[in-house]
Amino acid sequence: MLPAIEIHNLSKAYGAVQALPTIDLDIPQGEFFALLGPNGAGKTTLISLIAGLSKADAGYVRVMGHDVIRDYRQSRRALGVVPQELVFDPFFSVIETLRLQSGYYGLRRNQQWIDEILHNLDLTSKADANMRALSGGMKRRVLVAQALVHKPPVIILDEPTAGVDVDLRQGLWEFIHKLNSDGHTIVLTTHYLEEAETLCTRIGMLKQGRMVALDSTDNLLKRFSGLKMRVRMVGGAPPESLRPLLAAPATTDEWVLALRDYAHAEQVLAELRKSEREIAGMELTQPDLEEVFVSIMRGE
Amino acid sequence: MRGFLTLFYKELLRFWKVGFQTVAAPILTAILYLLIFSHVLEGRVQVYPGVSYGAFLIPGLAMMSILQNAFANSSSSIAQSKITGNIVFILLPPLSHFEFYLAYVLASCVRALAVGTGVVLATSLLFVSLPLEQPVWIVVFAVLGAAMLGTLGMVAGIWAEKFDQIAAFQNFIIIPLTFLSGVFYSIRPLPEFWQNVSKLNPFFYMIDGFRFGFFGISDVSPYLSLAIVGSALLALSCAALLMITRGYKLRA
Repeated sequence: MLPAIEIHNLSKAYGAVQALPTIDLDIPQGEFFALLGPNGAGKTTLISLIAGLSKADAGYVRVMGHDVIRDYRQSRRALGVVPQELVFDPFFSVIETLRLQSGYYGLRRNQQWIDEILHNLDLTSKADANMRALSGGMKRRVLVAQALVHKPPVIILDEPTAGVDVDLRQGLWEFIHKLNSDGHTIVLTTHYLEEAETLCTRIGMLKQGRMVALDSTDNLLKRFSGLKMRVRMVGGAPPESLRPLLAAPATTDEWVLALRDYAHAEQVLAELRKSEREIAGMELTQPDLEEVFVSIMRGE
Repeated sequence: MRGFLTLFYKELLRFWKVGFQTVAAPILTAILYLLIFSHVLEGRVQVYPGVSYGAFLIPGLAMMSILQNAFANSSSSIAQSKITGNIVFILLPPLSHFEFYLAYVLASCVRALAVGTGVVLATSLLFVSLPLEQPVWIVVFAVLGAAMLGTLGMVAGIWAEKFDQIAAFQNFIIIPLTFLSGVFYSIRPLPEFWQNVSKLNPFFYMIDGFRFGFFGISDVSPYLSLAIVGSALLALSCAALLMITRGYKLRA
């Protein structure tokens, strides 16, 4: 099966600034993919190149097999993009905005799908409101609706939940998850790493325009971050044998130890028993994506 | 085709929603020009034999309104969309380069022709009735003039990065070229040097050809005007299409 997005030897510079040195990436159809990175890492540049909003210096991008430059009409039909900036046309109402966007994609009788999107994004009551009259969160929902109006098989969401309240975030993810279950490929950039960890099956991390990590979410969590054991002890510093496991500088009575796996926890507890110190409290914490992200960005 | 029609419709809707500002106001401005100039100069100036100064002025004012509004429509729409960022909604869909060009230019023509028709109707009803010697020339030059300035507005809108650049384009290029093109006078009585300078201004040919349609009299042959205006439109259209195709200041 063709990849939903195929990126080969892609590079882009703005003057002397190399925004993307070289990127190769395939995103299979039906995947929920997260593209993560700090501000300025090149995420939006990469999205702009996929959407044809920027032109690459070298390499190519294909969306559902269509080159975004040569076959731009087919590739754009296959793609829906939620831009990061909160942009809108102040002349129009929500329903006009969606009907126009639908028309740009050549769709005539699309009211049923527009109504469905409005319902799923809780916008039905605002359909006739002018875009200027909407709150930031509502405008963000309209941006999502505009990206979905032509039912694209590939959907890119560039920080779609920035400035959006918890209720909408939940509703939005339910809707996007349903679209993904129906076979739509989703590419997500977000600074809410718990969203990426929960929703995405594979994650790519960009740093200064380079893909520094690309793996399934499970593998990344396993590879870059182990279990942590937080222990509160009565009586003295940790024994010498456990010092190499300290994940953070120890205080007099609380230590955080990095473990390889659950079996390792048994060995650590045995060491603690041998040291004859009293355990006042203990907790095991699972790795999370934030730790992985921080480790990778620090180059650890 | 549907995408093109939608973009065209959106551009029509955009100016129609603020019709007082985009259609009614320029008609009122033209009426005020006519009121003042014809009051001051009526009976003192006769440009063409048997044609009152007020009647002479109306086609010039109508064409001036057509040109300025055609330019304003496409330039403000594109510049505003670029600066506020909502042009992304036009750049993401599968519109062809030519559809993009045509939708903006046609919408500019509709606004310009609505204003031009309004100026001719209002001024001829209120002040002086106009002959229609060669109506085909009227339509031809009105459409070509609107298309040319709509295209120039598009070029300016794509080029501009700030609103004041559009204002500068309008104030330092469009308005001087319009005012010095024979809206208020014929170039015949001018010294030869200034006649030749006027003939370097493509706006002169639009107004002269347009006026020929009403009176059957012009400073130069309407066929020469047609050739020059048509060539200028073609050159500007090529420039606009080249900018769109290359994504100049549209797709970084």
